[in-house]
Amino acid sequence: MTDQTASANMRAGSMTLSLMPWIVAALVLVLLPQIFTANSAITIMNQMAITIIFALAYNMLLGQGGMLSFGHAVYMGVGGFACVHIMNMDDFFASIPLVVLPIFGGLFGMGLATIVGSFSTRKAGTVFAMISLGVGELIAACSVIIVAFFGGEEGISGDRTYAMPTFGVEFLQQIEVYYLIAFWLLISAALMYLFSRTPVGRMANAVRDNPERAEFLGYSARWVRFYSFVASGFFAGIAGGLFAINYEILTEENLNATSSGTILLVTFLGGVGFFFGPILGAIAFTLLQTVLSLETELWAFYAGALFVATVMYFPGGLAGLIMMHVPAIRLGKGSRLILPYIRTLVPAAICILGAAALIEMIFHYRHAFAGDEEMTLFWITFNSHDVLPWIVAVGLTLAGFFTARATAPALLEAWGDANTPDRMQV
Amino acid sequence: MDLVLVNLIDGLVTGLLLFMLSAGLTLIFSMMGVLNFAHASFYMLGAYFAYQISLAFGFWMGLLIAPIMVGLLGAGVERYGLRRVHQYGHVPELIFTFGLALLIEEVVQFIWGKNQMAYDIPEVLQFTAFSIAGNSIPAYKIFMIFISIAIFIGLLYVLTRTRIGMIIQAALSYPRTVEALGHNVPLIFMGVFGVGTALAGVAGVIAGPVLGTFPGMAFVLGSIVFVTIVIGGLGSLWGALVASLLIGWLTTFSKAYNLRMEDFLTFIGFSRPDPIWDSAWRDLWTITSPQVADILPYILMILILIFRPYGLFGKRDV
Amino acid sequence: MTAALHLDGLRKSFGKTEIIRGVDLSIERGERHAIIGPNGAGKSTLFNLITGRFPQSDGAVRLHGNDLAGKAPYEINRMGLSRSFQITNIFPKMSVFENVRCSLLWSLGYKYSFWHMVGKSRELTEGAEAILEQINLTNRRDLPAGVLSYAEQRALEIGITIAGGANVIMLDEPTAGMSHSETDYIVDLIRKVTEDKTLVMVEHDMGVVFGLADRISVLVYGEIIATGTPETVRADPKVQEAYLGEALEAEH
Repeated sequence: MTDQTASANMRAGSMTLSLMPWIVAALVLVLLPQIFTANSAITIMNQMAITIIFALAYNMLLGQGGMLSFGHAVYMGVGGFACVHIMNMDDFFASIPLVVLPIFGGLFGMGLATIVGSFSTRKAGTVFAMISLGVGELIAACSVIIVAFFGGEEGISGDRTYAMPTFGVEFLQQIEVYYLIAFWLLISAALMYLFSRTPVGRMANAVRDNPERAEFLGYSARWVRFYSFVASGFFAGIAGGLFAINYEILTEENLNATSSGTILLVTFLGGVGFFFGPILGAIAFTLLQTVLSLETELWAFYAGALFVATVMYFPGGLAGLIMMHVPAIRLGKGSRLILPYIRTLVPAAICILGAAALIEMIFHYRHAFAGDEEMTLFWITFNSHDVLPWIVAVGLTLAGFFTARATAPALLEAWGDANTPDRMQV
Repeated sequence: MDLVLVNLIDGLVTGLLLFMLSAGLTLIFSMMGVLNFAHASFYMLGAYFAYQISLAFGFWMGLLIAPIMVGLLGAGVERYGLRRVHQYGHVPELIFTFGLALLIEEVVQFIWGKNQMAYDIPEVLQFTAFSIAGNSIPAYKIFMIFISIAIFIGLLYVLTRTRIGMIIQAALSYPRTVEALGHNVPLIFMGVFGVGTALAGVAGVIAGPVLGTFPGMAFVLGSIVFVTIVIGGLGSLWGALVASLLIGWLTTFSKAYNLRMEDFLTFIGFSRPDPIWDSAWRDLWTITSPQVADILPYILMILILIFRPYGLFGKRDV
Repeated sequence: MTAALHLDGLRKSFGKTEIIRGVDLSIERGERHAIIGPNGAGKSTLFNLITGRFPQSDGAVRLHGNDLAGKAPYEINRMGLSRSFQITNIFPKMSVFENVRCSLLWSLGYKYSFWHMVGKSRELTEGAEAILEQINLTNRRDLPAGVLSYAEQRALEIGITIAGGANVIMLDEPTAGMSHSETDYIVDLIRKVTEDKTLVMVEHDMGVVFGLADRISVLVYGEIIATGTPETVRADPKVQEAYLGEALEAEH
């Protein structure tokens, strides 16, 4: 009896504990624009928040349901297109507050997902992936044919300010849009989290791991997948609606395979195994994209290399990397890893930066206009046809590589040590 | 009638080209259970390698060496990439090849830039083979047909007449058993992956001059190749052949004949709304067959997957 | 009273080979029934036919009088039949507790609900904990099922199989590949959890069969050559000839 009360208490405790991250998240969302006040920062944060919702929706399929989709952009896209059309229905749009517009996007995304899901979720794995690719390509190709809905090559645009003002706010300013998006981010993330705790959400995991067993527990694997798919379509549509509000234009780009591929990249980089993985992925990817694409033309190359390396060496993604450290920290030995990490990761970082410098220099050497021999790298301007910069870059790369390789065994040993409990003192 | 013949030849060229890709892809899939998303990227590499070689040694050396280089690269990818990811399961494998496709495209842009390469038909083949009712058929098309057929026959020979072909055939249907019989399955995997990608390389070498050698060429063909093997039935070489030709002719004919939805709709008894640009159905009314030619394969694939999930010739579930 | 499970002229061919050649069998409610037979007799095929994993070529399977033809596994399960697998078939990435809780969801009527929180349901938590207690895995509650020992995974599988409250339990070689002590543990477990339920099991280990079963059927080349209590089966000359002779002699 006491045991039961204890475990009940523990559960109650974990209930309040599990509310904490949400309160913190809400506070962070409110405070962020006070810290990063620049317009460009708010633009980035808006993009980030929309990507987070989309990535979380995508992970309802990939991470929770084990369904790999190569065409998920269409559900976000169709939701977005529908919202722009609503923006253009003057009378109706003027009678609804802008805040509720994303719901329409969600419903359209969900509608499409219901139709496609009715036949695509019969199987998981390769069949599902192929159908998703086919449907994705089909709808993307339709965007130039069905001009009435998709607007052809130039897409369609609207004006969010024609909506009924919400408490006097007309959403003329970026910051107002930010709070609208943040509000929806919090709601959608919470709903998606709660969905994973419902019977159908739990069974999605079961079906992912072992569809046959799930069938012998009374659940049709197909319908479990279908419900996950429809729910994912809804939240993707919400992201689409927010996209429509933020950018006021949707084009073929929102539907095509590149967008679908990007969200796979984002989600996988963040980590599909944990709920917060896609959030990390969306933040990291958006930062990478904005920062790197300002610095180098080759950012897509780096993103691709990072992605392939992640699939090969860290299939758990960023979230997996972080959660790997939980056992060591629980044992109270996390601090023992700090020094070995510094010893290995700093040279490794130097090696990677050196290699990146080499790649940039080769690129500049080959593709810069004739006569343009000057390039700037890491705030240093030099001549890419001189020998010295090449020696420095090669030297740094090799030095970093060999140092990292020399210290790696020590790190491995420290890792093993940190993950084994100390012998009990009697 | 003559135009039909011209289109038949054009469709055959497209179809056989598709087949060279889909044959390798379906071999790889049936052996290893992996849909190689990067397959068309190897096709692109074939074209680029051949271009680079042809600058120094001419087209024919390119045709000889580029596929071997691509095949070796493919075998390397299997050995050092795919085999590692294999332990995590099929979905990560698919994601890996997807990432590889992205990476190869970026690498190609990095080395050769974004523009189309001046990779041309060799001069010996720059003449008109014959003409049908004023439509000249270039010799290069005939050359492409011959190369593809020769490769198909070679493949058929290896698969049905040699020991290694028997093992591969057995592995198509019963991969576990073959492993149990003591064959070095990892080595066979590597070999099949290498040969499959080399075939894609050949396709790239001969298609590069006609379809253009540019960084987007993999993407253009890539998803169509998937569609082909799904329609044909995964694991079936004959299915791949039939589906390739089917798609080749389907797209060629629907591009060549301007069938209009308007005629069809009037034929079945609807009347054209007037004025057309105000109607909500205007997009439906103005659809023409060249417009939808490129999405027909996708429609076909979805229908096949709904009504016949094994594909036209497939025996195994996907 | 209709039989819990009734097989009527059941046949199954793969290509030209007939594996099950007309099986008639009636298993009463509350009975513990074992199907034995030499290797390749078709025991596992029979098992998969009954549970709807393969479609039969001819004949019928009736569960409490209802024909199971054309029913999907999940439908059969909802009619009150639950099965385990020869090769351990659990959800390896989920915790032991989650494994059991998932198997309770349908029978407690949650269906495809997306408005209940599983963590808040007292009946789910307590039900799952009661089953963990029954299969002695309470101290493994939060471990991923994939890291359990083989015997523990088999026990968990039995737990999952019975959790849904099905009244016909089918176990496919529950003690395959186990040591003696592990076998004793599983046999006790099976006896405990199948109180008042119908049990159908396929088993190789004669000790297990004769210790557990009320009645035994002997399957040889796709046909049942004898059915009866352990004593009658043991004494049946046909059985001795076909299969048991050697085994029994070796035992004595």
